[in-house]
Amino acid sequence: MTKPLVAIRSVAKNFGEFQALKSVTLDVWPGEVMCLIGASGSGKTTLLRCINQLAAIDSGGIWLDGELLGVREQGGRLHRLTEREIGRQRLKTGMVFQRFNLFPHKTALENITEGPLQVQGRKSDEVRAEAIELLRRVGLSAKADSYPAQLSGGQQQRVAIARALAMKPMLMLFDEPTSALDPELVGEVLAVMKELARSGMTMMVVTHELGFAREVADRVVYMDQGAIIEQGRASDVLGAPREERTREFLSAVI
Amino acid sequence: MKPAPALAEGFPDLSGMRIAREPHWFRWLSAALIVFVIALIVRAFAGGQIEWSYVSRFLTAKVILEGIVNTMVMAVLAMALGIFLGVVVAIMRLSPNPVLKTVAAGYTWLFRGTPLILQLLLWFNLALVFPTIGIPGLWSARAVDVMTPFLAALLGLGINQGAYTSEVMRAGMLSVDIGQYEAAQAIGMGRLRALRRIVLPQAMRVVIPPLGNEFIGMVKATSLASVIQYPELLHNAENIYYANSRVIELLIVAGLWYLLVVSVLTPLQMLLERRFARGTLQFAR
Repeated sequence: MTKPLVAIRSVAKNFGEFQALKSVTLDVWPGEVMCLIGASGSGKTTLLRCINQLAAIDSGGIWLDGELLGVREQGGRLHRLTEREIGRQRLKTGMVFQRFNLFPHKTALENITEGPLQVQGRKSDEVRAEAIELLRRVGLSAKADSYPAQLSGGQQQRVAIARALAMKPMLMLFDEPTSALDPELVGEVLAVMKELARSGMTMMVVTHELGFAREVADRVVYMDQGAIIEQGRASDVLGAPREERTREFLSAVI
Repeated sequence: MKPAPALAEGFPDLSGMRIAREPHWFRWLSAALIVFVIALIVRAFAGGQIEWSYVSRFLTAKVILEGIVNTMVMAVLAMALGIFLGVVVAIMRLSPNPVLKTVAAGYTWLFRGTPLILQLLLWFNLALVFPTIGIPGLWSARAVDVMTPFLAALLGLGINQGAYTSEVMRAGMLSVDIGQYEAAQAIGMGRLRALRRIVLPQAMRVVIPPLGNEFIGMVKATSLASVIQYPELLHNAENIYYANSRVIELLIVAGLWYLLVVSVLTPLQMLLERRFARGTLQFAR
C-alpha cells in the first residue's frame, strides 16, 4: 500500500492569542497536486510554513516521507531537533515565496547553485550543468548572468522555482506564487508550474488562481479560520461546493 | 462621431524658446563675502607669530613620517579588531540565545559607557592590577613587559571600536529583508551560514558609509594613544615641540597630515561601496 508523502495530524499553531491553525489533519499523496484556497488569515500559508518548518507547530505532528518533522519522540516526550537536523529535513521540500526572495547580490545562476554547492557540498561542474538545464526548463537560458533586479517579477519567480528544484526536493510548496505579479506576468509562472505538475512532482499550492486549480489540481482544499472546511476534486469543490462558507468564498472571489 | 475641434487661439507655440539664465545675485554676493573673510583669516595667520618655514621643514621630518605610519598601522589594526568584534557581537545580539544576547548587550554597554581615554589608561596600567599575567603552569610574564604602548593602544581602541561597530553591523543586518533569511533556510542553510553567505553581503552595502565614518574617527582617535606613549603622529609632534618650543607650527604639521589621510580615505570608500553594490540597479552590469 502506498503511504502519504505528507501526513498532517491534529496540527495547531497559535500566534499569541490568534489561532492560525486549529487541529488540521490532512494527507498528501505522492504525485498529487493540491491547491489550498481560502481568504487571507485562513491558515493556508501557515500550514505550508509549518511543513517547511519556517514556523514550529504548537501541537500535533507532521510526517514527511515517513519522518516526524521538527521533534523526536523519546521516553514519552517530544524533544526538539537541532537546527542542523531541521536543515536536513528541509532539504526534502522546496519553497517558492510570494515575494520571490531571490538573493539580490547573486546572479540567476548563482541563486540556483547556492544551495547545491554550499549546503549539499556537491561538485561545481555538475551543479552548474544542472542549473543551466533548470534555467532552460523555466525558459530563462538567456538570463543566467542577470541579477534579480534586472529581471521582471515573472522571471524572478521562475528563477525562484528553479532554485527550489535545484535541491531535488520530494515536495514543492508554493506560497501564493503569482500574487505579487502584474497580471500579464501570471501566465508564464503558471505555465512553469503546470509543466512541473505534469512531470509528476508532488505540489502544495496556496493560490487565488482558481482557473489554475480547476485545470491542474488533483484536489482542492478550502480553509477558513485555521480549519479545513471542505476538500475534494477541483470540479466538486469549485463547481458544486457542499459547504455554505465555501460557496460564500467562491462567490466573493469570482 | 464628432470631429476633433480645431485648436483654441491664444496659446502660442513655445518650442524652440530658451530658458533664460538667472543672475543669482545673492550667490555671487555671499561667495564674495566668504572669500573676503577667508582672506582676512589667512592674512591674520600669515602675519601672526607662526614661523612657516618650520611647518614646511617638519612636514616631511623623519619622526613625523614615522608617526603617520604608526598612526595608520594602529588605525587599520584597531579597526580590523573592531570590525571583527562588531560582527561577532552583532550576531550574538541577534541570536535567540538569551545568554549570548545579554553578554553582547553588556559588552556594548560597558565600552560605550566609559571614555576612550580612560580605557586606554586602564589597559596601559593593567600591571597595577595584575603584576604578572600568563597561563598557569605554561607561560607567564611581567605585565609591564607584555602591555606595551602598542598593545595597550590596540586593545583600547579596538575593543572600544567593537562596541560601536556592533551597533552599525546590527543595523545593517536588520535592514536585510526577513524573506532573505527564510529563503536561505528553505534551501537548508543554518543560521550562521545564512548570515555569512546571504545576509552579511547584503548588509555590507548599508554598513559601509557608517563604517567609513567610524574609520575616519578611528584615524583621529589614535591621537589619544599619545597619552600612553604610543609613538603616533601627535605624540611625535609633541616630542618635537617639547624640544624646540614651536608648538603651533608642529600642531599645524600634524593637522595637515590628518587632513591628507582623511582626504585619501573618502575615494577609497567609494570604491568599496561599488564593490558591494553588486546586483542593485544603480551599478548593475
